[in-house]
Amino acid sequence: MLELKNISKKVGNSFHIKDVSLTMEKGSLNVLLGPTLSGKTTLMRLMAGLDRPTEGDVLMNGGSVLGLPVQKRNVAMVYQQFINYPAMTVYENIASPMRVAGIDSETIDRRVLQAAELMKLKPYLDRTPLNLSGGQQQRTALARALVKDAELVLLDEPLANLDYKLREELRVELPKIFAETGAIFVYATTEPQEALLLGGQTATLHEGQVTQFADTIDVYNRPGDLLTAQTFSDPPMNVIPVEKRGPKFFAGDHSVDAPSNISGLRDGSYKVGVRPHHASLSKPKSKALAIDGTISTTEITGSESFIHLNADQTNLVALMHGVHRVNVGDDASLYMEQSKFFVFDANEKLISAPKQAGA
Amino acid sequence: MDKTYNNKAWLLVIPVFLLVAISAIIPIMTVVNYSVQDTFGNNQFFWAGTEWFEDVLNSERFWDALGRNVLFSFIILSIEIPLGIAIALAMPKKGPWVPVCLVLMALPLLIPWNVVGTIWQIFGRADIGLLGHTLDSIGINYNYTANVFDAWVTIIVMDVWHWTSLVVLLCYAGLVSIPEAYYQAARIDGASRWSVFRFIQLPKMRGVLIIAFLLRFMDSFMIYTEPFVLTGGGPGNSTTFMSIDLVKQAIGQFDLGPAAAMSLIYQLIVLLVCYVFFTVMSNVGAEKPEQGVED
Repeated sequence: MLELKNISKKVGNSFHIKDVSLTMEKGSLNVLLGPTLSGKTTLMRLMAGLDRPTEGDVLMNGGSVLGLPVQKRNVAMVYQQFINYPAMTVYENIASPMRVAGIDSETIDRRVLQAAELMKLKPYLDRTPLNLSGGQQQRTALARALVKDAELVLLDEPLANLDYKLREELRVELPKIFAETGAIFVYATTEPQEALLLGGQTATLHEGQVTQFADTIDVYNRPGDLLTAQTFSDPPMNVIPVEKRGPKFFAGDHSVDAPSNISGLRDGSYKVGVRPHHASLSKPKSKALAIDGTISTTEITGSESFIHLNADQTNLVALMHGVHRVNVGDDASLYMEQSKFFVFDANEKLISAPKQAGA
Repeated sequence: MDKTYNNKAWLLVIPVFLLVAISAIIPIMTVVNYSVQDTFGNNQFFWAGTEWFEDVLNSERFWDALGRNVLFSFIILSIEIPLGIAIALAMPKKGPWVPVCLVLMALPLLIPWNVVGTIWQIFGRADIGLLGHTLDSIGINYNYTANVFDAWVTIIVMDVWHWTSLVVLLCYAGLVSIPEAYYQAARIDGASRWSVFRFIQLPKMRGVLIIAFLLRFMDSFMIYTEPFVLTGGGPGNSTTFMSIDLVKQAIGQFDLGPAAAMSLIYQLIVLLVCYVFFTVMSNVGAEKPEQGVED
């Protein structure tokens, strides 16, 4: 079990990590989700012991490991870049952590072949990393992390530099492979979609702080605050400031019934979050809030269209199925489905989430 | 299918052709011309065939000079390459000292050969030179004009002082291009300082080391100015390298034929050695993948 207790990392006058507390169980899959520069890598370096936190404590199985240098902590790490020993063959690369640990060559041989089998590297054991494709290079690095039998496996955006197809493939395989080792598995990513695919638990990071840490599905369905909701939404969640008067939300010239569970709350300003795939140019059958504006951009990706709308106070995005012909500069209204409203109070805390899961 | 011919292309090739002709082809062909002819003055030449080449290859003088060159290059490479790597490793990778170190390292490279020779020639003199006088006064009999060993040491020190920084700068460029993640990965693996050097830094520096090796070999193999300024090839013939011998023969004795033959042999040696070095070093640790195994 890995525990981070109120750790902070200060560089100069700025906090790279601020007051983070996390507990990760043995055999668990933990996703660190956040945009670039949110502190994912720094947090991983602190977990690994490559850096010392300015404040706080790191505990492994109940005991502090702050004093232990990284090589004694039994961690494995895989990076976004493909890091292998350039002059060694794939076999020697995979074997290298075990050689350092002084394991007998029979065991090494058995484990290397086993890992190579899992990572589909068998035909390439005699090659040097330079003579491999990117995917094979990263699989070699993953195999090296695998054979180490580490207590803590840190993967820092390991698939970011791979092409789409390989990424899909490895994304499915990786959690399965590492789950069998019983290690604590930490996976950093910038993509909400990747977090959802991996499952497990997710910690959302924003500017060095963990905004929420819970089961991935729960974080997605019930983000604790606006920041978490925005981090866990790609394209970004639409945020609409609304006025609550009686049982209704008012925004601009339009209004819609407030979700029934909060209609009793006091009047005032609230914020409504709607994920782009619940915004549409066509009026849905169910209740919806309309926002007027001008269309600023459209992107058509395969079978989906992104429509960007410049509204009074905000920019909104709608993700619609099918390919739509929309002219940039046209006036239009976007309809936000009321049943998919995330409602946040003035402090940006969640007070209401969609009743049906799958928002 | 008909090919289209565009003769304008020739026009575009002419400048390069002229440049190469004037700077390389014509001089080399002149030398080739001299090497197969004999002259007794009056601009009269007689066909001599391969006589001069045979003469040169059979003369003790040539083999002695070649031997000195090989020994000198060997010593220079075995000092400058390790020393250059060591200094590059010791240099800071970031911070305010980086530009200071780089400028300090680049300084010797800006000084012309003959100036380096003169500096050390004066520096080492027993009567007015700081080094020579100091060594003398602590009882070491140092005299590069009389003692063969002293003369060699002086020339080697000169060259090391002058050119190690080239190796340093090349290695440094190789070192700073290694991503930080490699060192992190090595730390996590628990690799020792030596392993980091052996398995990360050295392989990553291979490219620049090949270049440093070739540059320093070619340059040290054509050493001329330093021994010329220091002792003019002495004491005796002890620092008469091939280039010095060549000049003595061509301009001193005006034996154009043997000198031309010798310079051609000289060039062939450099070409051959560089080719072998380059082929060997760029193949070490970079075997091509086997055929048939593709993903």
